[in-house]
Amino acid sequence: MKWDEFFVTGEPMIYAADICIVLASLAIIIGLTYFKKWGYLWREWLTTVDHKKIGVMYIISALLMLFRGGVDALLMRTQLAMPNMTLLNAQHYNEIFTTHGVIMILFMAMPFIIGLMNVVVPLQIGARDVAFPRLNAVSFWLFFAGAMLFNISFVIGGSPDAGWSAYFPLASKEFSPSVGNNYYSLALQISGIGTLMTGVNFVVTILKMRAPGMTLMKMPMFTWSILITSVIIMFAFPVLTIALLLMMFDRLFGTQFFTMTNGGMDMLWANLFWVWGHPEVYIVILPAFGIYSEIISTFAKKNLYGYKSMVVSMVAISLLSFLVWAHHFYTMGMGVVGNGFFSIATMAISVPTGVKLFNWLFTLYKGRIEFTTPMLYALAFIPSFTIGGVTGVMLAIASADYQYHNTMFLVAHFHYVLIPGTVFAVIAGMHFWFPKIFGFRLNERIGKIAFWFIAISFQVAFMPLFFLGLNGMTRRMYTYSPETGFGPLNMIATIGAFGLAIGFIFLVYNIYYSFRYSPRDTTGDPWDGRSLEWATHSPVPEYNFAIIPTVDKLDAFWFAKQDKKSLFEGKKIEEIHMPNNTGGPFVLGVVFFFLGFFLVFSWWIPAIISGVVVLILLAMRSFERDHGHHIHVEEIVETEQKLRGDNA
Amino acid sequence: MKQLFPVKHVMGYIFSLILSLVALAVVFFDMSFAAGMTILLVAAAIQASLQLFLFMHIDETSSKKTLYLNIVYALFVGLVTIFGSLLAMIWGIV
Repeated sequence: MKWDEFFVTGEPMIYAADICIVLASLAIIIGLTYFKKWGYLWREWLTTVDHKKIGVMYIISALLMLFRGGVDALLMRTQLAMPNMTLLNAQHYNEIFTTHGVIMILFMAMPFIIGLMNVVVPLQIGARDVAFPRLNAVSFWLFFAGAMLFNISFVIGGSPDAGWSAYFPLASKEFSPSVGNNYYSLALQISGIGTLMTGVNFVVTILKMRAPGMTLMKMPMFTWSILITSVIIMFAFPVLTIALLLMMFDRLFGTQFFTMTNGGMDMLWANLFWVWGHPEVYIVILPAFGIYSEIISTFAKKNLYGYKSMVVSMVAISLLSFLVWAHHFYTMGMGVVGNGFFSIATMAISVPTGVKLFNWLFTLYKGRIEFTTPMLYALAFIPSFTIGGVTGVMLAIASADYQYHNTMFLVAHFHYVLIPGTVFAVIAGMHFWFPKIFGFRLNERIGKIAFWFIAISFQVAFMPLFFLGLNGMTRRMYTYSPETGFGPLNMIATIGAFGLAIGFIFLVYNIYYSFRYSPRDTTGDPWDGRSLEWATHSPVPEYNFAIIPTVDKLDAFWFAKQDKKSLFEGKKIEEIHMPNNTGGPFVLGVVFFFLGFFLVFSWWIPAIISGVVVLILLAMRSFERDHGHHIHVEEIVETEQKLRGDNA
Repeated sequence: MKQLFPVKHVMGYIFSLILSLVALAVVFFDMSFAAGMTILLVAAAIQASLQLFLFMHIDETSSKKTLYLNIVYALFVGLVTIFGSLLAMIWGIV
């Protein structure tokens, strides 16, 4: 292999990216050395097993990926702003819409949600960490290895270019001979293993580690949504793992699972992909529903309307989510019976979703609503998501879908559910729980400016796409002629996309600004919250709760505040057993990165060596003895006094 | 030291490798469809129970209710996936 096959060459934008990557890496290395932060980075972050820090690392990675996926989006929108633009050529455009999709779903939405659940769930159920803290670190580092592997593809070897769904036969070795789709298959496999383990971890955590008295029906709604999401992860992700494995075998070892000859079946890939892919959209939307439930009930100062029906509809959604995948390929020609079945199943999902929407509205009804930044996102979510849902029902009608299929109408639909649904939710959740993690709130004024930019620009960017789709503009076309008449609406959409970018810049600036100037929160409960995470100090000490709270009803913390009681009465501070930090998960992640990288390029000897190292690391772990450490009572008392601010 | 060594698990691991080899053998030896399918189904059933009992400790749980609920959910998802795929890929095509 020559070096110009290894590095991507010939595009000024790629060279600029190369230079930026080198400069940024140098800046990080020099900065860490100059400020003597290597030891801090290793001790406090890279080796941590603390669920809060792992959550923060997930969220930081997600914000970085939001930037990466966002730049992809801006490039695409600029290319489409006017007819016959030449910013991107067809190949480059293909690569960009593929990486935009994969990164936004798998490396932005997923880690953002997993980050929030890492931070919040153990606190909400009154636990000291997740059930398997070390496994949690492994999950993070595998996700991170996969994400980085996927991200280097655009400068080394070339990005995948067959769409985020990587349909065969286009994604086969025959039609996509570059290494791009090898990156797709390997990076997603590595990060997928991490996600699967997160699912297992949180099911066990929520089922086994709740505070005394917290029965399942007294759990906060966010925890409920994460429990159900984790169950869906456990049942859906194995399908993706196997599908990607078969893809890897087809591309690297010459098997014929998805070919059109020799007994292979190309549409089987589409089938397996969506067997995972449809539950996946509920994996990213259900936690969002949970976040909105928390925020709406907190800022309407009312308990959540219809708690039981909320739970029942989420369980119903989780079952139905496995019954609808074929609606992604009605036009494949699977016949009337198949289309009819999946059409009806799809429409059925709108019933539990509608129940949830009405419950939120009834929670707001006659509430004392406070218009904080997180609440604004929640309020913007309700109408926008409804538009996304209604157009989803339109798409669910199989016969009508023959018209909408593969047009911009579809693109508009899924952005209307994913952005107000998931993206608004994770931003709202970040604003809402930020003071819990860092001990100060994000600035409300800048937060609201960012909100209005994002909320309005979102409508400007995606509303025109519905009409473009109905006018016949197909998705994934890299340019169009002036005669099509697509020009003006596309220009509006592009303006909206840049407005969104401005909103996100405000959002990031707000983090910096608040870090410098925001007043520190001393109460631990800045929003007058309802669930247990607000019962401990902010920032949360390593052990979360000095005394494990006792709960007797839903929103026990809220009612304890009303009755001027404490959840910690009648218990003494005792020694706390905590897990030790470990470098193992980080090392495992690094080795997995190299394993994936060597496999992408079919460099067998280094790949085999990396694979053997993975096995050795796992075997070493089996024989390792690590009983954790104890925090003594005096130390806890001292920390608690310091956090309360008294020096007695 | 003897009680510390997980004999059962190592044996189970080796046995599951052997079962995988048996399944692979179906491809390499020339046999009738029925014979091959029988071997695969039997091997799969043993493999599944091996995983469930040895590595997932299905017999050690205290709450039978969660266990059955879990199995029912898993069966639901598994059967829906298989028969749904058959409907979409083979039966429905006219």
